[in-house]
Amino acid sequence: MKPFHFALFGLAFGAATLPAVVAAQTPPAPASGRVLIATCTGCHGQNGKSAGAIPTLAGQTEAQIRQAMLDYKNDRRPATIMSRHAKGFSDDEIGAIAREIAATWR
Amino acid sequence: MAQFKLSRRAFGASLLASSALSACAIRTEPAAKARVVVVGGGFGGATAAKFLRLEDPGIAVTLVEPKSEFQTCPFSNYVLSGFKTMADITHNYSALTSTHGVRHIRETAVAIDAAAKTVRTSGGQTLAYDKLVLSPGIEIRYGALEGYDAAAAERMPHAWAAGAQTVLLRRQLEAMPDGGTVVLSIPANPFRCPPGPYERIAMIAHYLKTTKPRSKILALDAKDAFSKQGLFQDGWQSQYGAMIEWVPLGKDGKVVRVDPAALTLTSEFGEVHKASVANVIPPQSAGRIAIASGLAATEGALAGWCPVDPFTFESTRAKDIHVIGDASIAGAMPKSGFSASSQAKFVAQAIGAVVNGRPAPTAVFANTCYSLITPDYGISVADVFRPTAQGIVAVQGAGGVSPRAPANAAQFRAQEAHYAEGWYASTTKETWGS
Ligand SMILES: Cc1cc2nc3c(=O)[nH]c(=O)nc-3n(C[C@H](O)[C@H](O)[C@H](O)COP(=O)(O)OP(=O)(O)OC[C@H]3O[C@@H](n4cnc5c(N)ncnc54)[C@H](O)[C@@H]3O)c2cc1C
Ligand code: HEC
Repeated sequence: MKPFHFALFGLAFGAATLPAVVAAQTPPAPASGRVLIATCTGCHGQNGKSAGAIPTLAGQTEAQIRQAMLDYKNDRRPATIMSRHAKGFSDDEIGAIAREIAATWR
Repeated sequence: MAQFKLSRRAFGASLLASSALSACAIRTEPAAKARVVVVGGGFGGATAAKFLRLEDPGIAVTLVEPKSEFQTCPFSNYVLSGFKTMADITHNYSALTSTHGVRHIRETAVAIDAAAKTVRTSGGQTLAYDKLVLSPGIEIRYGALEGYDAAAAERMPHAWAAGAQTVLLRRQLEAMPDGGTVVLSIPANPFRCPPGPYERIAMIAHYLKTTKPRSKILALDAKDAFSKQGLFQDGWQSQYGAMIEWVPLGKDGKVVRVDPAALTLTSEFGEVHKASVANVIPPQSAGRIAIASGLAATEGALAGWCPVDPFTFESTRAKDIHVIGDASIAGAMPKSGFSASSQAKFVAQAIGAVVNGRPAPTAVFANTCYSLITPDYGISVADVFRPTAQGIVAVQGAGGVSPRAPANAAQFRAQEAHYAEGWYASTTKETWGS
């Protein structure tokens, strides 16, 4: 992507009040459980409480979530869509997802 | 890639500068840790506004959105087929304002001064911000297709923004006699909702098959390939057979001119197609405010869309402005409500972190677009995305489209149709609900 000189005009005026949301350091920090589980709620509902046909995740244990995700990832559990999502995460991330859900979606 | 790192020293100094600033010409906001203005109350903006408040109630969030009710493009194709009503796809801002403490200004943002960090509204207010989240969606590029202007859209609806246009197209379909031809014109990439036109073909076909079975659909496409193509073509063929004809670019599918009075569409090589009902999905750009504010690229294949830092969705053209949703250039992420919502939730966390002196989190995004062939036949495309210095990319080995020949195919497709409803219920509650 080529740099745009426009990009600097904010700085030139010195009007900034908060630090920019700067990209994470290189190599990037691992994605947090909070960021990861924000990708689930469009389907499973805010805080894992589904508003419709997709299963509710709130209230499930860390072990249940982790096992289900690993099984989806490795095609050991039937799925219409979950295997496609679960394959997008490392096993460590699946661990972080399961911990975060169990700790915060009750 | 442009990066805008401000030192902690600059941070402290400019906080003082900003309070001095807001004390003079500009409307004073209640004391808050940070003032965030969100422009646009659709999938990206409404989600960002709500999740910023959930992230930190110390952040004052002002949503600038002229509408009091929002009708979703997702599921608007089912209004055309008759499975849903406009009421089913209508949401409002009362939970955002009353439960979540978002201040809703029912006006249009008419100018952004990125240097002064203010937004001017149609009602003459000037809103100062520390961070701006811009999610204005798309603008129809009237004039980009010869003959297609705002007046033409009353005769040949686009229905690419849900609302009056959806109702108009539905009425035209209802009024069409059996044996008529519905002609669709489909644009080149990029445009809002890559599978949308193809789902629309199926939904119009469903309506015609059940009410006007001698009718035809002619889809004229400026592309040779499209999202979920194999799945759509299988579904069209098995459910609607010869009713649907899709003409790709390579077979002279590109429409270059329309005549709304005559209801004709003319292809690149001069073929004139007469329609009974014409649905013209025209070329698009980022919402007008993004372009007027100099946030969109002005040249290249992505001219008219807003370049952003893939790690943060901060504009590469102005700092402290995050452009999300359809208006942004988000690499491999399609222009979908799901993507806009995913981006919004991340940006809310990122702004929340920075406001509280923590480093911005590492981004991960997702998308899923469900489409219906019939009410019991759903298909999907899904992906998980990560930012890279070259842009946002889909995780290899993950995602993809529904299997083309699953075991128990009828049951699989029915489940996906059911889950499409589930997604809609969850995502609209997450976006506009309490
Ligand atoms: C037929 C169709 C079907 C679709 N189906 C799906 C689907 O199944 N799944 C899916 O994920 N996506 C779907 N989409 C795509 C989805 O609608 C968009 O990607 C999504 O709405 C983008 O969100 P956004 O926040 O960028 O813009 P929008 O949701 O369009 O919101 C933009 C808002 O900004 C407001 N606005 C604009 N300019 C200003 C201004 N200057 N000041 C104040 N407010 C302003 C507008 O009034 C609007 O409310 C579909 C689209 C179509 C057309
Ligand atoms: C596009 C919608 C969608 C997204 C996004 C999604 N899921 Fe799912 N999830 C489903 C569906 C549908 C099922 C039922 C199984 C299937 O058909 O794939 C399911 C099932 C599950 C189950 C099993 C629940 C049970 O009780 O049987 C778990 C656990 C799960 N998902 C976790 C997650 C996590 C964690 C995320 C985010 C990282 C996520 N899902 C993202 C749609 C989704």
